Amino acid sequence: MMPLPAPALLAGAIDPQLPMHDFWPFTLTTIVKLAIVFSVYMVGVALLTYAERKISAWIQDRHGPMEVGPWGLLQVAADGVKNFMKEETYPAAANKTLFILAPMLAFIPALLTWAVIPFASPLPTPWGLMSMAVADLPVGFLFTLAISSLGVYGIVLAGWASNNKYALLGGLRSSAQMISYEIAMGMSTVAVLLLAGNVNLNTIILQQATMGWNVLLLSVAFLLFFVATYAETNRLPFDLPEAESELIAGYHTEYSAMKFSLFPISEYANMVTASALTSVLFFGGWDIPFTTWDNLPPWTVTKTLLTLGFFAMKVIFFLFTFMWIRWTLPRFRYDQLMSLGWKVMLPVALAYVVVVAGAVLALDMAHVARGTKAFSGALLLLNLACVAGLVVWMDRGRVVSPAASRLRGGELNRLRAVAGRSRLARVGLER
Amino acid sequence: MARAYLPVLLLLGFVIANAVMILGISHLTVRQRPSAVKQTPYESGIAPLGDARDRFSVKFYMVAMLFIIFDIETVFMLPWGVLYRDLSCAVPLVNDLCPAGQASFFGLGEMLVFMAILVIGFVYVWKKGALQWD
Repeated sequence: MMPLPAPALLAGAIDPQLPMHDFWPFTLTTIVKLAIVFSVYMVGVALLTYAERKISAWIQDRHGPMEVGPWGLLQVAADGVKNFMKEETYPAAANKTLFILAPMLAFIPALLTWAVIPFASPLPTPWGLMSMAVADLPVGFLFTLAISSLGVYGIVLAGWASNNKYALLGGLRSSAQMISYEIAMGMSTVAVLLLAGNVNLNTIILQQATMGWNVLLLSVAFLLFFVATYAETNRLPFDLPEAESELIAGYHTEYSAMKFSLFPISEYANMVTASALTSVLFFGGWDIPFTTWDNLPPWTVTKTLLTLGFFAMKVIFFLFTFMWIRWTLPRFRYDQLMSLGWKVMLPVALAYVVVVAGAVLALDMAHVARGTKAFSGALLLLNLACVAGLVVWMDRGRVVSPAASRLRGGELNRLRAVAGRSRLARVGLER
Repeated sequence: MARAYLPVLLLLGFVIANAVMILGISHLTVRQRPSAVKQTPYESGIAPLGDARDRFSVKFYMVAMLFIIFDIETVFMLPWGVLYRDLSCAVPLVNDLCPAGQASFFGLGEMLVFMAILVIGFVYVWKKGALQWD
């Protein structure tokens, strides 16, 4: 997070360790990485369902699962076995091919999107330097944006193929919601590109190590991205596709056994990916704050392990935030959801891109080098002003100004007349 | 470098194999005993009336159409964002800095023109009530 001196940044570009060139070491290490990360995802998703139940229990002051294993730790395994042993039902009127295909179409993109996310600094091996992302693509996070938007097909098809009114409504709501927030999500990342000048995620991490984390330099983009990830993963307060008080269970009402399980698995996998992407784009990824040695070659195993630890901590924090918000905020109404996406987030994202572009141009004109305190400080001040303005505008007098200021003159006089009859109320209004 | 995409193909195969395996095991472990009642659509115990594939609100179509317009806008903005610093400098960058006096409004100006056209459309759509969900 501390800005690197400019010569050190240039040295970072010239790396004495060469990347892997031979075909077989590259392919085999890729398979090993892939198998490990896939297993971590599947086990992590299982543990997340347990964490969700325990955290919700903690927030609501109860115990949560306690019966299976110590503190209910084996609940996850019991649930898994149960789902494998359940009978599969098929609605008679359903389109059977699409009904079976839909959970797979939700599962496959959910477990593809993380391929480009770097989870630690590069690891030195006897065959050369190994990037700690399963696929270190030049297109970087555009891959994640592209593949994650395919997830909507699984949900829409599940809703449509079930031939159930509630499932269809859930699928439709979900598609409208996911595509609406995808725009704000894509536009908020444009601001990141303005600073990083590259879509490769390791380059974006190096940019943040040089200038400071993007959450400080691009706070509004972070807020937009953060809200959009909740809508994209169908999590509360945006879980209208499966609002159980209105739609039974939404798009997966008719599903049972493992066909049902694939939907929660994809939802939790998407949550992990969203948390990882938030960490990489706005919280420096595997960068260790207040140090520079972790961002510079020579790369060592120690660095890889330490950066992996820091990345894991950031991701776990965001996963906790997902659950914390789920059990704190109520669900939106559908019209509120759509107007937030189209009438607030889209114009704000457009305006913010212009503001950041203008600021970058002004700093270039003033000949301020990137990585200097002046550059980061100017952006930080600009963003503080933007966030303050945004909070006041969004707040519309709810928190920042007192409640009485929202009342129109007539209402206030009527309240005063009522208060005239009671000394207690009069004191309350005059205060 | 085409080889960079090999891991994605490997992963795709791996994930598809897993999805098929999970559903296959789930299908094979238990004998299915379908019955007419089990196979009716679940509507909280009430016998369903009519087909689910009825007409639904036109709003969903409108959102999909507006999405295409604004998502393509985002697609245009992404490469612009990557090249922004090169576009706002009249000469190539020296040491990641634009030489004094060479900064140009070209990049920002082009985007402002593009956005202005889009904002006109956005305001029109808003005033027409296409974004109003009631």
